[in-house]
Amino acid sequence: MTPRRLILIFLALLAVAPLVLPPFYVTLLNYIGLYAMVALGLVLLTGVGGLTSFGQAAFVGLGAYTTAVLTTQADTLPAWMAWLGASPWITLLVGLAITLVVAWLLGAITLSLSGHFLPLGTIAWGLSLYYAFGSVDGLGGHTGLPNIPVISFFGIALNTGERIFYLIWAFMLLALWSTQNLLDSREGRAIRALKGGRIMAESMGVNTARARVIIFLVAALQASASGWLYAHMQRFVNPQPFGLQMGIEYLFMAVIGGAGHVWGAIVGAGLFTLLKQWLQDWLPRLLGQTGNFEIIVFGFGMVLLLHRARGGLWPLIARWVPVRRAPRAIDSTAPPLPAKPMPTRGDVVLQADRITRKFGGLVANNDMSLDVHAGEILALIGPNGAGKSTFFNQLSGVDTPTSGSVVFLGREVTGLGARHIARMGLSRTFQHVRLLSKMSVLENVAIGAHLRGHKGILSSAWRLDRHEEAQLLACAAQHIERVGLGAHMHDEAGSLSLGQQRILEIARALTSDPAVLLLDEPAAGLRYLEKQALAQLLRRLKDEGMAILLVEHDMEFVMGLVDRIVVMDFGEKIAEGLPAEIRENPAVLDAYLGGVD
Amino acid sequence: MDAQIALILTQDGITNGAVYALLAMAILLVFTVTRVLFIPQGEFVAFAALAMAALQTGRPTTLVWLLAGFAVAEACADAWAIRKRRGAWHLPRGLLLKLAYPFALAALLYTLPLATLPMAVRALLVLALLVPMGPQLYRLFYQPIASASPLILLIVSIAVHIALVGLGLLIFGVDGGRTDPFTDTVFTVGPANVPSQVLWVIGVSVVLIVVLYVFFDRTLYGKALRAAAYNRTGARLMGISPVFAGRATFFLAALIGTVSGILIAPITTVYYDSGFLISLKGFVGAIIGGLVSYPLAAGGAVLVGMIEAFSAFWASAYKEIIVFTLIIPVLLWRSLRSHTVEEEDE
Repeated sequence: MTPRRLILIFLALLAVAPLVLPPFYVTLLNYIGLYAMVALGLVLLTGVGGLTSFGQAAFVGLGAYTTAVLTTQADTLPAWMAWLGASPWITLLVGLAITLVVAWLLGAITLSLSGHFLPLGTIAWGLSLYYAFGSVDGLGGHTGLPNIPVISFFGIALNTGERIFYLIWAFMLLALWSTQNLLDSREGRAIRALKGGRIMAESMGVNTARARVIIFLVAALQASASGWLYAHMQRFVNPQPFGLQMGIEYLFMAVIGGAGHVWGAIVGAGLFTLLKQWLQDWLPRLLGQTGNFEIIVFGFGMVLLLHRARGGLWPLIARWVPVRRAPRAIDSTAPPLPAKPMPTRGDVVLQADRITRKFGGLVANNDMSLDVHAGEILALIGPNGAGKSTFFNQLSGVDTPTSGSVVFLGREVTGLGARHIARMGLSRTFQHVRLLSKMSVLENVAIGAHLRGHKGILSSAWRLDRHEEAQLLACAAQHIERVGLGAHMHDEAGSLSLGQQRILEIARALTSDPAVLLLDEPAAGLRYLEKQALAQLLRRLKDEGMAILLVEHDMEFVMGLVDRIVVMDFGEKIAEGLPAEIRENPAVLDAYLGGVD
Repeated sequence: MDAQIALILTQDGITNGAVYALLAMAILLVFTVTRVLFIPQGEFVAFAALAMAALQTGRPTTLVWLLAGFAVAEACADAWAIRKRRGAWHLPRGLLLKLAYPFALAALLYTLPLATLPMAVRALLVLALLVPMGPQLYRLFYQPIASASPLILLIVSIAVHIALVGLGLLIFGVDGGRTDPFTDTVFTVGPANVPSQVLWVIGVSVVLIVVLYVFFDRTLYGKALRAAAYNRTGARLMGISPVFAGRATFFLAALIGTVSGILIAPITTVYYDSGFLISLKGFVGAIIGGLVSYPLAAGGAVLVGMIEAFSAFWASAYKEIIVFTLIIPVLLWRSLRSHTVEEEDE
């Protein structure tokens, strides 16, 4: 059974459900659809992007209250606004627009905060909006707003649970399809790098702050649309379903289903809703009291789930049903991506001038200067702790020097940030490998091509990016073949050996079409033959006119490969010259072998 | 607004602020040592107040059975851990004592003439009931995943919180509780009347804050906890057990929460779910302190109390909105100061 057939069966079951099920179950399915839409936003936000929000219920409320106020009180609005209440379809757009503005403001304030401040912030504004629904004049207070009209769809009034069922699930499936497409695209790879790969992504030119705002907005808009449907299904709104309690429950649904998987949203919402219904029936009878005792079960159940199966239930389900897609075919006929012209051989492409970097009292780099020319391989060597990796970070914009300047391709780039320097044509690898171990080799390498594509979120979500996507993947595949990892194209990156992971990083850097390549210990962990292959590759790149600066401890590898060597010790340059000169330099021998006292 | 109203509001603000300050300290303490944002802090406040109210009417609260339930679960978990380590069943005496404790306490509660006991004895009984739950919560819910990311720990906190709210409803019902003040004296200061309970709240808060300060600054145990807060691995290498640090901080947090609940029980009616909003206001205070500085957190909490009191007077419908929106400019100010791209934990 193929995944496609499985989806078709699921769709067929959904289509006949309202015809055969009693109304009670149709209502339940309607709620599952509404909740799943919000949980899907959280899958993107929390599971994929690593941002936690307890405030999604407030966005549901924004969508619901916007349509409720506009459609029931259009006559009290000023004349120039009254048309907004003419049809629920207009109020859907208005609600989405209002949510977009509110979410953008909240996101601008809270998203740049690290770790725990963000979820606490979402609790705070989630509560504020909830209290606002109850106390702002004209919103009906805690009794709510009744008499919301039904939606009509091409003349069909969606006035029963069975009729609105189809609209709810059409929205839900559209959201699911869009999210799945989005994750499988250029922007999606950037989003998937947010959790645990931000520094790497920035170095590949991804604007990670923007990517965070985008997923926050997408999640808020899905919640708002769910609120719109809810208001017209119930034909009544009050603040209660948009409180923090519900915000917490949405997050629970996403976590139960498996916060990293789009189908987990449906599983989580379905299981949660059914269990809640069942517990609400049975627990009061069992305990002899009325009250929402199901939260005891949910609370402790959630703890158990986080102790035992942090990934949620979807990965467990996925083991039993054939949901794994076939690896993506690579279209080798895709026209190649346009490449930047290489600088003229021999020109100075990267120039560091008296770079100093202090961390408090520690001087990691002191007055470091060097030039890198197009078409040469320059090695930066020195004992452990000499400050080589710190210097790399100053050059590539991951860090900003305390003083001194970096000039790249004739432009001052000091303090510009990794993303801008990457855009100009500098790419790098990391001493401690930074890759997304759950993604395939192909996808990891394709992140390198991020700046060579231009299709945005909407094109990705609605599959208007396929031509460009084929080009990006073909380019990534070509570089994977070139570095010799072709056999592992579709393997998980985490399954490779450390040496292969370093090679993967080189392929990723090459995919960005750089003029300068910074390699931090590329040969560490490689076997003899792998080292030879790497040296051959670097020589070929050099012949094409690329400038390569590498940090390396393997002297045999360095001496046979590079054109010039710069030696660092205690943050300073102690020698510079041809390999043969460095070999004889007394200061270098002193630094490596200790002085003769 | 005249001077008298301003004075009354200030008095309200400082009283509430003192309780929020206590909670903010506890929240900060737990967060810095264990990286747990301890949302259930508020349940200790609510449960303590409601248990005080129950004991005052002479009812032995069923809360003791929750304590017993946690103790049994803890004993099972410990026994299982020993079995896994040693390969054989073995029950150390400490484990049996911990298991016997809630049942001894229950026997006491069901035999003592609760309604006629002095207030101080009832307060001690409530402390004996609730404070052990702090380390129990740590052992059962946090210790097994102590190395998880702060976000996972936060979701666990929220889950424990809602479970406890549900249990609170089961144990105490929907009715609110309120107790008699510790002392009935009312002082007259200028135009305002100051009930002695207000002085109790402020006095006990200040004493607790000073004691905590001395504990952390001057004693070896305090220094050990601080070391665990700065660097878990380093502290472990120096022989400070993270498990000990976790249980000790949860003990202190439970103590602070319970004391807060006993203090406010005569001032305001507390319901089974009141704890959440109270502890969130402590959180707002702690966030104003950037989740690192104790004096800033205490100052922030008093500020929250004042803003709450004055907005209750001017715009009572918008009171909660104002308090929780207050956090946004604070977060904005913090986000403007940080520019670096940080790696989030997995």
